[in-house]
Amino acid sequence: MTELQAEQAAVVPRIESQSQRSRYRDVLIALAAFAVLAILPMLTGSKALLDFVIRCSAFGLFATSLNLLVGFTGMVSFGHGMFFGLGAYGFGLIMQRSGLPVPVAFVATLVITTLIAAVIGAICVRLKEIYFAFVTLAFQMLIHSTILSWVSLTGGDQGLRGGIPRPAFFGVDLSNHVHLYITSCALLVIGLLLMRQIAQSPFGYTLRMIRDNATRASFIGIDVWRAKLTIFVLAALFASTGGIIMALFVSGAYPEFAYWTISGEGIFINMLGGVTTFLGPMVGTVLLLILNDTVTRLTEYYGIVLGIVILFFAIGLRKGLMDFVVEWYARRRDGSGE
Amino acid sequence: MLEIRSLSKSFGGVKATDNVTLDFADGSLTAVIGPNGAGKSTFFNLITGALKPDSGQILLNGVDMAGRSPPDIVRHGIGRAFQVASIFPSLTVQETMLAAVCADQRRASVLHRRFPLAETRDRAEHAMELLGLASKRNRTAATLSHGDQKLLDIALALVLDPKVLLLDEPTAGMGTEERWRMIDKVRELWETQKITVVFIEHDMDIVFKIAPEIVVLCYGRILATGTPDAIRRNEAVIEAYLGTEHHAGAAV
Repeated sequence: MTELQAEQAAVVPRIESQSQRSRYRDVLIALAAFAVLAILPMLTGSKALLDFVIRCSAFGLFATSLNLLVGFTGMVSFGHGMFFGLGAYGFGLIMQRSGLPVPVAFVATLVITTLIAAVIGAICVRLKEIYFAFVTLAFQMLIHSTILSWVSLTGGDQGLRGGIPRPAFFGVDLSNHVHLYITSCALLVIGLLLMRQIAQSPFGYTLRMIRDNATRASFIGIDVWRAKLTIFVLAALFASTGGIIMALFVSGAYPEFAYWTISGEGIFINMLGGVTTFLGPMVGTVLLLILNDTVTRLTEYYGIVLGIVILFFAIGLRKGLMDFVVEWYARRRDGSGE
Repeated sequence: MLEIRSLSKSFGGVKATDNVTLDFADGSLTAVIGPNGAGKSTFFNLITGALKPDSGQILLNGVDMAGRSPPDIVRHGIGRAFQVASIFPSLTVQETMLAAVCADQRRASVLHRRFPLAETRDRAEHAMELLGLASKRNRTAATLSHGDQKLLDIALALVLDPKVLLLDEPTAGMGTEERWRMIDKVRELWETQKITVVFIEHDMDIVFKIAPEIVVLCYGRILATGTPDAIRRNEAVIEAYLGTEHHAGAAV
């Protein structure tokens, strides 16, 4: 056996065991994160902190799902927020009008989201770059306009009023604040774990290939349109779940949930946290919500402060926070390795 | 066997491929030459589905490929490498190969398992070894030298186990020494893999040295086909493309 062959023989099993280990490691991290979040209500009586985590769960799922499109596939969607709004309105309407159990309404909302995302995606993913971005934005505005104008169904600009019924299921009572908190955390952790699996699966690498060079991907047998449509729909499902959490949190749904600014915030969160690491959008979510809560308390010129922060990351760091940290750590490690 | 029948493609009033009929026998090695704008790359683009022909047939073992999508054509066994290395810059050499095999095994959409899949490793390893890229497995494609990027591009086509391999100027942008290394590699692949290889090349020294069959295209039409000796002696080819440097007398 040559030296090269011996090296290869050693490398191949290492690859497999590494990929298995990475799956177990992710599950363990998810369980540990959930355990920490779950004991938080026992450690603090701060309702504001629990509210903060619930909002982080909603926007974290939304932003991370957007990164499946932006960071992993190279599809910058300006309209991803429509699925956040669809989730909130879909779930709210089903609960208000049908009286179905929460889990059934949850699944029904995801089914509706799937259907709508498949139709919109089938049109949008054929388009490239800026055309894709603007057509997704156009669909978002179409859905927002529909919500505003279909007053009998959606309540128009007043939103879904009267609260969302939240009957208990399997011992879970979502009208109880701690139960809602734990459920939101569970949805966040499960959602992140599923998205991590997508990112690290063969399909995740197909997406990376499409992002890097879609033409070449098609010349190795990949159906680029189908792969893009699949990730568009999957990302919509996680965004919709974020919307459902938000609807449960505020016990209603409002047109702002489907407005273009939600998509803008998603892009901003990704810029803030970084798109090259899986947890970048989650970090960006926490940063944005902290900024939101503190800056709005301190000044009415909230937009100016956020603009300066964007400029700092875009021009100063030229990348998101997690991208910067990971690169800095890699440089430091390589430096000490030498 | 790859059979091209009356293949035509026009862009506006320009006939880029004009009623081309050609046969490429199984296991043959053929060079496609011609002046700039002769329609060589268009010819490859038509065969691989990057362009749809206006008329004609592209028969691979009797099955018409004309008008099919690139993924469909690849799955039938026609692979290609590009004039400018077409790779995935952020992936390592090994990830590129493993992901390509995944695609070929119709596992590109698998969601429930982790990358890389065990069943893809042997073919990926084999392709990296064949192209001499095994020692660079952990390098990202963007950091490879130009020559290695071209090799990776060819490896991407080869790892799919094609029946026909189309190489669009495999030596483009290389220095003299690197060119010969590349073309030796192409010849070695042809000899060891027993596949049909068709390549576009501008360096006539290379073409006459390694290609048993040559096709000359000019203004989208076939000007001549034949052995290197026959092409060297062909007056029309000398006038349209070769000039006097490579004709039979000069070669002697």
